[in-house]
Amino acid sequence: MKLVVRGGRVVDPSQDLDGVLEILIEDGCIAQIDEKVKGIRGAEVYEAHGMVVSPGLIDMHVHLREPGQEYKETVRTGTLAAAAAGFTSVACMPNTAPVIDNRSVTEHVMKEATEAGFARVFPIGAVSKGHKGEEMAEIGEMVTAGAVAVSDDGFPVSNAELMRRALLYAQHYDIPVIQHAQDLDLSAGGVMNEGEWSTRLGLPGAPGSAEDVMVARDVLLSEDTGGRYHVAHLSTGRSLDMVRRAKAQGLAVTCEVTPHHLLLTDEAVSESGFSTNTKMNPPLRSERDREALLNGLADGTIDAIASDHAPHHADEKDVEFSAAPFGIIGLETNLSVCLDRLVRPGIITLNRLVELFTTGPARVLNLPVGTLTPGAPADLTVFHPNRPITVRAKRFRSKARNTPFEGWRLRGRPVATILGGTVLSRPTK
Amino acid sequence: MTQEGWTRKDLVGIADLSPQEIQLILDTAESFREVSERPIKKVPTLRGKTVVNLFFEASTRTRSSFEIAEKRLSADSLNFSSASSSLSKGESLIDTALNLQAMAPDLLVIRHSHPGVPHMLAERLPSGVINAGDGAHEHPTQALLDALTILQHKGRLEGLKISIVGDIEHSRVVRSNIHLLNKMGAEVTLAGPRTMMPVEAEKLGVRVVYTLDEAIKGADVIMMLRVQLERQSRLAFPSTREYFSLFGLTRERLKRAKRGVIIMHPGPMNRGVEIASDVADGPYSVILEQVANGVAVRMAVLYLLAGALQEAA
Repeated sequence: MKLVVRGGRVVDPSQDLDGVLEILIEDGCIAQIDEKVKGIRGAEVYEAHGMVVSPGLIDMHVHLREPGQEYKETVRTGTLAAAAAGFTSVACMPNTAPVIDNRSVTEHVMKEATEAGFARVFPIGAVSKGHKGEEMAEIGEMVTAGAVAVSDDGFPVSNAELMRRALLYAQHYDIPVIQHAQDLDLSAGGVMNEGEWSTRLGLPGAPGSAEDVMVARDVLLSEDTGGRYHVAHLSTGRSLDMVRRAKAQGLAVTCEVTPHHLLLTDEAVSESGFSTNTKMNPPLRSERDREALLNGLADGTIDAIASDHAPHHADEKDVEFSAAPFGIIGLETNLSVCLDRLVRPGIITLNRLVELFTTGPARVLNLPVGTLTPGAPADLTVFHPNRPITVRAKRFRSKARNTPFEGWRLRGRPVATILGGTVLSRPTK
Repeated sequence: MTQEGWTRKDLVGIADLSPQEIQLILDTAESFREVSERPIKKVPTLRGKTVVNLFFEASTRTRSSFEIAEKRLSADSLNFSSASSSLSKGESLIDTALNLQAMAPDLLVIRHSHPGVPHMLAERLPSGVINAGDGAHEHPTQALLDALTILQHKGRLEGLKISIVGDIEHSRVVRSNIHLLNKMGAEVTLAGPRTMMPVEAEKLGVRVVYTLDEAIKGADVIMMLRVQLERQSRLAFPSTREYFSLFGLTRERLKRAKRGVIIMHPGPMNRGVEIASDVADGPYSVILEQVANGVAVRMAVLYLLAGALQEAA
């Protein structure tokens, strides 16, 4: 079974490639990548003229809601959404019911993913049993079953001693500890960013310092332990500065940001008329924070863009702002919003964007994907760099519709996803 | 029944009103004041109209005020409070609203502890919606009745120095007042403990000070806010005694005030916490006039919205 993808602009930051190249895929793996590949007799041909071909994109922070909350999303619908949107790999968070805090739940998620077959799923196990923040979960057992990192995401690891021990222990498996950085006392009651807009709207605010004090503490612990520490959905300029300094110091500290924190600010809560699709945790921050994050994208401080895809049922979101659950979905808007709002205005290059969705997250999580090096799994994303698209949540493959990007007119859209050499979707006119 | 210059079916806040719209409400209220002075305090203006008072949060003053306004306009009114509603049975707000809507009320007066709820209902429902207070966001009829009271004493709003003192963070009254007074050309000063001052308050176009004396100095109007003791989950001050010593308005403090100053309070008052009794009951206090004006303002708002709805239909 051979497939040749040709005619497209191949962008692979892992090999510093950017040019019109041919890719030969054999038995689900990359066989050759060159200006003219050899031995293509009998191969199926995928013509990618006018398109960009990149390693399959990775969203390193999604909530698939399974097991336990299948009415919001399932492994199947979540990975279907990923495949439809150019993502061949997702890392899913463990705040399910039951929590992914042991081998059998990890295995269950892996099995569901294999059966669905739409994307690779890399589970993230809980740091603590039941993500209660007390006792350490069986991290090694989960890694054996396929977990690639640990996190109590949805909640912070508040207890500094637990964090210290997790940073120490996780080194036996060479995995990062991913922190949802939030001081719960400082953020108590907050439903949006504390700032001018919370003051105007009379909504309780959570200050940026709620994130910053946690990142500051954890960076110190990472320094003491040598542990790999990753900040999930980093949202403030000050936290970013701390990550920048930690990196300069040579610490194993990394971070991701979401498209919504890059493109929206807390003013959106007002502009949208209290739309609950502007409510997430961490909240949309100030314009100053947003600008700092854009700088962090450009200067290389930020390792990955991840959606924090958080599906909720419409009934749960269709309530008073303060009563609504935190979170929005992002898998099916990730690529287009980033192409249109980051690459098109020149904030970052196309190559950098691809890096943030491929080699960046692959490096943070030590994933065997995100590259088109011969021998690697043949996961590819084909996208059109400027073909227009309008975001319509009702067309999403995800079960959920909670997006703040509804109606956005964007240029740049996914065209096809190739997973392990199999073309999952075909170009649409 | 329509009034020139008024097209809105809802009054969800002062933030989006124009100075002309504010003036129209105030003028209309002024003309309704007289109704309450008649021996038979009733006009047939809203006969056959149904108004539902939907109170998801405890209220005596505002609800009674709306109810009296409705009765004086001959509307049929229904009171609906959360304690007796289906909300306690777990029904969602939207379902409650849709069920009420099915009974075709003309106007809904809504109070809710969550900011944005009146906006949410105004967008979804064909009925007119009046915000009677949404969390710490807005309380437009309170700001309007405050303005009417100030006008009666000062004859103008433009150029007046108005100090609002106390629990700024939790106050919907202050936010509506800032919008209204700024739009009408007054100069607003906020004062209160630093722990009760919302961040970046200056961005709302006000001066912020942290002592009562600075707030009193030169002010034409001093508006004292109720310390919302029930909402002090974040330990804003150590004791009410200490609060009173810092920000309580006393006769002694008032000696520094400008001649002709008036003292206002949206109520209910915590006597001895933010205001001393002899000030509340003293010669500068216009607190009970505010309450009387509340009825006239609410009659005006009900009248204008009903007119706009009729026009639309």
